[in-house]
Amino acid sequence: MALEKITRVAGRAVHVPGNDIDTDRIIPARFMKCVTFDGLGEYLFYDVRKNADGSDKAHPLNDPRFKGATILLSGVNFGCGSSREHAPQALQKYGFRAVIAEGFAEIFFGNSTTLGMPCVVASREDIARIAAAVEKDPSTEVVIDVKAQKVTFAGQRAGITVRESARNALIHGRWDPIGELIEGGPDALKVASNLRYMKA
Amino acid sequence: MPKTLFEKVWDAHTVRKLANGQTQLLVGTHLIHEVTSPQAFGMMRDLGLRVAMAHRTFATVDHIVPTDEVSEPYADPLADAMIKELRKSCKEFGITFFDRSTGKQGIVHIVGPEQGITQPGTTIACGDSHTSTHGAFGAIAFGIGTTQIRDVLATQTMALGKLKVRRIEVNGKLHPGVYAKDVILHIIATLGVNGGTGFAYEYAGEVFDRFSMEERMTVCNMSIEGGARAGYVNPDETTFAYLKGRPYSPKGADWEAAVASWRAVASDPGCVYDDVVRIDAADIAPTVTWGINPGQGIAITGSIPDPAKAQAVDEKASIEEALAYMKLTPGAPIKGTKIDVAFLGSCTNGRLSDFQEVARYLKGRRVAPGVKAIAVPGSQGVGLICAELGIDKVFRDAGFEWRNAGCSMCLAMNPDKLVGDQLCASSSNRNFKGRQGSPTGRTILMSPLMVAAAAVTGSVADAREVFAVNSN
Repeated sequence: MALEKITRVAGRAVHVPGNDIDTDRIIPARFMKCVTFDGLGEYLFYDVRKNADGSDKAHPLNDPRFKGATILLSGVNFGCGSSREHAPQALQKYGFRAVIAEGFAEIFFGNSTTLGMPCVVASREDIARIAAAVEKDPSTEVVIDVKAQKVTFAGQRAGITVRESARNALIHGRWDPIGELIEGGPDALKVASNLRYMKA
Repeated sequence: MPKTLFEKVWDAHTVRKLANGQTQLLVGTHLIHEVTSPQAFGMMRDLGLRVAMAHRTFATVDHIVPTDEVSEPYADPLADAMIKELRKSCKEFGITFFDRSTGKQGIVHIVGPEQGITQPGTTIACGDSHTSTHGAFGAIAFGIGTTQIRDVLATQTMALGKLKVRRIEVNGKLHPGVYAKDVILHIIATLGVNGGTGFAYEYAGEVFDRFSMEERMTVCNMSIEGGARAGYVNPDETTFAYLKGRPYSPKGADWEAAVASWRAVASDPGCVYDDVVRIDAADIAPTVTWGINPGQGIAITGSIPDPAKAQAVDEKASIEEALAYMKLTPGAPIKGTKIDVAFLGSCTNGRLSDFQEVARYLKGRRVAPGVKAIAVPGSQGVGLICAELGIDKVFRDAGFEWRNAGCSMCLAMNPDKLVGDQLCASSSNRNFKGRQGSPTGRTILMSPLMVAAAAVTGSVADAREVFAVNSN
């Protein structure tokens, strides 16, 4: 199947600061009682965005200046915790197209890449620079060049790193591997036939 | 060349190299549950795909299933619908389903080992991050997302980058009253919640050699809390003895052949690790968390960290954030912190030996007034044996509610939830904000015996004092 080649993501950004932002915070477990991912965007960061009575708390995503942002900025170990794909799904359904952070938890990173949502790593200083530019002028266009591993914003630029397997998959439009995996089916059968425990 | 177990298992399951440099890896055993699989089955239907090797996927219900209701429809219509959805998909695609009616239902990471499905030298994937549990048997086991569940269903393979291997050796002897849970909380506090990113952890040393399979599972279970997607222990006689005679274990001549291959899969002497960490067992105390991630742990005799004394800016901010959420006082002893709820269960500590060990000490004691205490066996099998041994009665007599098998209050996708800012002494694996079902609920992670000590005293306590623990 033909997938979009994701070489760059451009849009406005919002900074959700903090380290170790876990998947329970991104999407609390009680909103995972669903048989499709549709509608998850509404519950993104729910417990840190909403009071018990449903009114808004102070949170960057509730700040009207950052409405419509498509790039999320955050800290170290973003997406740690559970393997729930509901977390990147909620981000994507909410409207995010990419995340720039100081680092990502392994499973979250893989899930996001498979959805075609680049997770790119930048230094703390550079994230602070982007955040400052966005804070000063929320309409600042932030451009992530996945291919060249750089980000440009408000006339400035910063280096980013994208894990090579993810970069390759994104820019060549093979981030959803199902087609390739199916092609490898006959080889998989051969490997399985050498493994005692896999016999039917 | 000498190889690690990880490399041997990886090589034996490598199908081919993918265009982006990742490996197409054969997933020998696929476990599924009701929360993360329905969307994957939906994708299968949308794409018109069939399940490649239905006999290698096993299903059960654990996350949502209520622990205090037995008959369907369950009171929560969404939960009821998700369970029925899984039942329907298993039937449609020909997948073995350990439903409640089979007597084999339970938390997926307890059911796999119990049934003998979890075996050394295998690859195991499941849409749950605590799949690392199965590494206790010398399997490479890891959590995956829902799209990858689709990949495994459709092809029995997935795309994965190779992990590095860090050997963590714990040598010496654990003090009395120090358990496997304390070992892993100590490891995470030492190496950090993201210290294991990009690694599989190989747990080794005298402590692991002596550990039972259930203790090894407790440690491997929480590998992901240290950022390591997988964690394993090399298989040995303890592993083989555990597996012998289980429903899915090899039988007869196959058993001998299997044991020989399992022995051969262990890491070779002289193999090279990407990193080695050594920990002295004597340095590990009964450990409790004070914050909002599993790495924020201290000895029960310790004091709650003071942000004013933090070394780094980051550390200061994270202590402040955690203490504000936990409503704890910097510098105060953690011991004596009042609790509202005691939870004993989960894929970390919901196995027979967890309940057995607590029951030894709980006999004749009572849960403190005002504390809600619940004990939740990890599987119907665990519940049955506890009933046969009278363990459930010890818990009930002490004032615990004794429940049916499930994930229960570990993640509170079922009716078992904290209310308001209740503080829970919990044998589970995550103390994230809101984890136990209330957006302001608070969790302190600890070993099962420490949960019991908190339950009977009404506050965080040193189980060694409460129960006069002299020897393990």
